[in-house]
Amino acid sequence: MRLVGRRLALAIPGLVGVVVVTFLLNRALPGDPAAFFAGPAATKQAIDEIRVKLGLDRSLPEQFLYYVRDLGRGNLGTSLTTGQSVVSDLVQRLPASLELTLAGLALAVGVALPVGVFAATRPGSWIDHVARVVTTTGVSLPVFFTGLLLVYVFYYLLGWAPAPLGRLDAFASAPRTITGFFTIDALLTGQPATAGAAVRQLVLPAVTLGIFAMAPIARMTRAAMLGVLSSDFIRTARAAGLASRTVLFTYAFRNAMLPVVTLLGMIFSFLLGANVLVEKVFAWPGIGSYALEALIASDYAPVQGFVLVMATIYVLLNLAIDVLYGVIDPRVRIEA
Amino acid sequence: MCVEFRTRHGVVRALEEVRFIVRRGETVGIVGESGSGKSVTAYALMGILDPAARVTDGRAVFGGLDLLHASRQELEAYRGRELAMIFQSPRTALNPIRTVGRQIEDVLLRHQTVPRAKVRDRVIELLTLVQIPDPERRARAYPFEMSGGMCQRVMIALAIAASPSLLVADEPTTGLDVTTQAAILDLLDELARTTGMATVLISHDLGLIAERCDRIVVMHAGHVVEEAPARAMFAGPRHPYTARLLASTPRVGAKLAELVPIPGGVPDLRAELPPCRYRARCERAVAECDEPPLPRTQVAPGHLVACRRPL
Repeated sequence: MRLVGRRLALAIPGLVGVVVVTFLLNRALPGDPAAFFAGPAATKQAIDEIRVKLGLDRSLPEQFLYYVRDLGRGNLGTSLTTGQSVVSDLVQRLPASLELTLAGLALAVGVALPVGVFAATRPGSWIDHVARVVTTTGVSLPVFFTGLLLVYVFYYLLGWAPAPLGRLDAFASAPRTITGFFTIDALLTGQPATAGAAVRQLVLPAVTLGIFAMAPIARMTRAAMLGVLSSDFIRTARAAGLASRTVLFTYAFRNAMLPVVTLLGMIFSFLLGANVLVEKVFAWPGIGSYALEALIASDYAPVQGFVLVMATIYVLLNLAIDVLYGVIDPRVRIEA
Repeated sequence: MCVEFRTRHGVVRALEEVRFIVRRGETVGIVGESGSGKSVTAYALMGILDPAARVTDGRAVFGGLDLLHASRQELEAYRGRELAMIFQSPRTALNPIRTVGRQIEDVLLRHQTVPRAKVRDRVIELLTLVQIPDPERRARAYPFEMSGGMCQRVMIALAIAASPSLLVADEPTTGLDVTTQAAILDLLDELARTTGMATVLISHDLGLIAERCDRIVVMHAGHVVEEAPARAMFAGPRHPYTARLLASTPRVGAKLAELVPIPGGVPDLRAELPPCRYRARCERAVAECDEPPLPRTQVAPGHLVACRRPL
């Protein structure tokens, strides 16, 4: 528990840095939001009025103080494009991204870990080669291409998948928000049909992300397992007559998990922010596409909100990984 | 028994017709320079050779089971319970992220030599047996929290956990101070006496071997060059290599100048070798040494020498 507290304390300077940098970065972006917001037909006077309304006429330090004050009140400003507060937009869209990312990651881990372990126990075998070819192909294809390919095959040609139009098809209504994950909420509120519909929408984008994330996980698992399997203590365990399953899972796998866990954290945060393309292809209402649209429209507030949320998630994620590391490896616990 | 390693630079014939017998309760010492095949012999017995190694010929019969040709299940059931091994470098030979108590428990649970409820008590008993102070606390420690000597003792506790009939100890006391070394070896002696455990003690420490072993097997470059009762071996070595080995070992009362190094090194086992692999280093070698086969002569009861011109 002390470890968790210390880790959180260490994260604070990082978050402060993020606040400052996002503020400055957004002010440095090209484009005049006041002019954009006022529209092409606006007079100079109208633009100036809007500038005053947005607080853009003040000095940078002043703007920064207002910005920090608003942050403290949980106010991330209003999106000029959606007309809603950034906080409510993010609350609505973040679960969509999280649901998709977690599903994709779970899928990738579910496939990559067994493949990596299996490949490591039989290096040079056909399964090892197949695994290498498949994972390399997965990572070489850009995600939007994999996504389009899947849509083409499973929606257009085979008709197995529903239209790639967001989290639910037009005829289903969203379940009451509990966790924000449609699949879980639908089950919690007793709507199995809706849950099924949500899962069907989720499959293709999740597979798209999963295929992309699989390669590094499988490779790392294989490499880590190979390293551990040739170590002295595995030889001891085998000489002590422990069953091959015990040696493989209790002894080797847990040791090999250390680098894999680190990698998983990186992949997760990467996927969460970088799946804009997947969100675009599948019209998925996530935060990635939200931020991208705002950025194109010179809409500061959502971009700032997005970066802040991502940074916070990143910090929490690293914390979770450190804790997990401590659970797996006693040596980390001592050092802390 | 013959073992080959296939390497990038050709086939290494690591062991060639290595043969010796270990009887119940007996301690057999294997000596030789680094690279003479001592450890490979041990690994082959345990069935834990590197994947690049191949047992090309021979048998290792243990209680009616040929270890070299047994199925994986048979071997797994034998290892740890009947056959156990103590490794060198105890620090890396233990699982770094599992408490030592749990690691010993794993072995006990696997072989079910004690009832499940008694496993914890047995762990403490074993740790006490190998003279680890405060065993209750130590059982909950991780290897990195212990000294090398402590890890070595845990290693030994792990090996003798299921009371094996044959213990292969590869340099079991390297890195331990002299008193601990003596205590550990006394413990192994006692186990051999009380449980009839046979021990194969691998070491390059001739003093230790002389003191602890009933019989001695001398290895050179993957060959057994001489096998004899300990007393006979030290009284009158018959193979030139053994004689050299003894002469190069410090003794009490001997002067430094009397120590004679053995000329040359272990030959490259990838090359075509003469029948006697000591040929190039031997001062007694004659032309007939190049004619196969290498003889194995019994010069006295239980005293075998692989040499055409024994001393």
